[in-house]
Amino acid sequence: MTAGTPPEPRILICGEDALVVEFGHGIDPVTNDRVYALAAAVEATENTSVVELIPTYRSLLVHYDIEMSSIDDMTGFMNDLIASSAPSTDDHDNSPRRIYELPVAYGGEHGEDLDDVADHAGITADEVIAIHSGTDYRVYMLGFAPGFPYLGGMDERIATPRLASPRVRVPAGSVGIAETQTGVYPMASPGGWRLIGNTPVSLFDPNTDPPVPFLPGSFIRFVPVSSEEAERIANQVADGTYRVQMTEQGG
Amino acid sequence: MTVGALRVVSPGPLSTIQDLGRPGYQRIGVSVSGAADRYALRLGNLLVGNDERDAAIEVTIGGAEFEFTSPAIFAVTGADLSPTLNNIPIAMWETVSAVVGDRLSLMSPAGPDSGLRAYVNLSGGFDTPHVLGSRSTHIGARLGGIEGRALEPDDQIPIGPVTNPALPGRRVPEDLLPQYGGDIVARVVPGPQDDLFDLDATATFYNSTYTVSDKSDRMGCRLQGPEIPAIDGTHDIVSDGVLSGAIQIPGDAQPIILLADRQTTGGYAKIGVIASVDLALVAQASPGATVRFERISAEDAAALARDRTASLRDISFDGPASGAVQSDELRREYNLQIDGSDYRVEITSGADGGQTTARVNGIEYVVRVHPGE
Repeated sequence: MTAGTPPEPRILICGEDALVVEFGHGIDPVTNDRVYALAAAVEATENTSVVELIPTYRSLLVHYDIEMSSIDDMTGFMNDLIASSAPSTDDHDNSPRRIYELPVAYGGEHGEDLDDVADHAGITADEVIAIHSGTDYRVYMLGFAPGFPYLGGMDERIATPRLASPRVRVPAGSVGIAETQTGVYPMASPGGWRLIGNTPVSLFDPNTDPPVPFLPGSFIRFVPVSSEEAERIANQVADGTYRVQMTEQGG
Repeated sequence: MTVGALRVVSPGPLSTIQDLGRPGYQRIGVSVSGAADRYALRLGNLLVGNDERDAAIEVTIGGAEFEFTSPAIFAVTGADLSPTLNNIPIAMWETVSAVVGDRLSLMSPAGPDSGLRAYVNLSGGFDTPHVLGSRSTHIGARLGGIEGRALEPDDQIPIGPVTNPALPGRRVPEDLLPQYGGDIVARVVPGPQDDLFDLDATATFYNSTYTVSDKSDRMGCRLQGPEIPAIDGTHDIVSDGVLSGAIQIPGDAQPIILLADRQTTGGYAKIGVIASVDLALVAQASPGATVRFERISAEDAAALARDRTASLRDISFDGPASGAVQSDELRREYNLQIDGSDYRVEITSGADGGQTTARVNGIEYVVRVHPGE
């Protein structure tokens, strides 16, 4: 396969009641855009045989109801959609970006490993914050745990290995770095990521609709805030008055 | 509306509220969860006159005891954990009536092939809150059930209103009972990453016998046996969506069959997916049980699942179809000795939710139950 030629999508069987449409093996924006374009196309048909969709980095899982459809029908249905929803090569640059702003209190008690990340990169803590908050991160997918975003696009200058010994408890909202990835812990859990900050925004609340502040396929921007500002936002989150800021940027 | 409650005396190692799960939110990372043995839950619900999607208690291995604080019709399905009511053995897969104060115990598997997980189904179902459309407990995500956790002693589990009361003595027909344990043959639909395994590895997978490891849980059934190496050792894939029954082959080349509490996405190659009709047997397999795999096409596996759903839709139970509950089924007698004095206690529950009375040495008392207090 030559660079620049997107791979032909493959339809794979995933048990008696699901198909996977796979767009190669790449973790890149073009491939990921194709996944979300296809997911949107499936949803637009309002086909009631579709139980649920799981869009991921480079593939779309389509779980269907065997009482209403069959593997042959679903394969035909997906083939038709793939043919009609294929974006042209430069499409992904023209579609508007939805950017969600997540306020983050960096360093100190909010991110105990910020100085270690700075030392590892050979720069100052303020420079780590500037680099980390200076990029918009693509939400490639949500998975692993409710609301956990797989983000892409971190600057490799602040890449840092995981902790040799994971923490027993990482607080909810912790913003961390593991190798070249960055992410946010939606809920308290054990974890080995280097913690550089904390967001007061809830990444998963089953009592809100939708339960997550942003959907996969969109972008996140980390916005540095003071401890006092973070506390003020935390109070607004607690009483249900906080809204995550979203901006749309055209291509 | 809640009409009563069941009190947890002892939950054993793991008892949770489960229904048929929480589909529709995997794209935001929420596991489906639900009963590990969906067939036993569906049958149990139908047996007691519920919708097959209602919630039951999933009891793991045993050590569990519950006290009825209101009269109820119930049935125990799934694994045979030697159920007793007031220390008297009761039948599995059959409706039983309970009165206030009765104690239901599920202490230990009746034998090595009894299965792991039993379902306590009550007429009316358990009326814990719906979270994202389901009552199922997912402990990792702290969702569903009671406060998103396993049941604890003295939990009062609210019971829903009985809309379609079943009679005691109603039984699941013999031919619909699952055969747990022993040597499991699980049919497998190859894919989606079966092409990461060469002919030799694939032959090993389908021709070997694997043993269930004691590291298995509600997330997955871990197997041990001949290694299934991926071509060039590429067991890790770019994470994609996973469903129940998917067979992951991680770097140690040993299979893991994903069960109800699996994560929504995974980064290991999947050689195949178990046919849903066989997955309940895997979910009930005790450590040490053996599993062999046989190929099946997606069409044939779907046909088996459709047949099963049709057999549940058209089910006709053995035993009484209708009529009044016999009064002796709603009565319990106890001879107690307290501080040297003898007491004869008769507890009688009114049918159809009528009041419960207790006669102590001939004197009648009305029993009022205040669930949740």
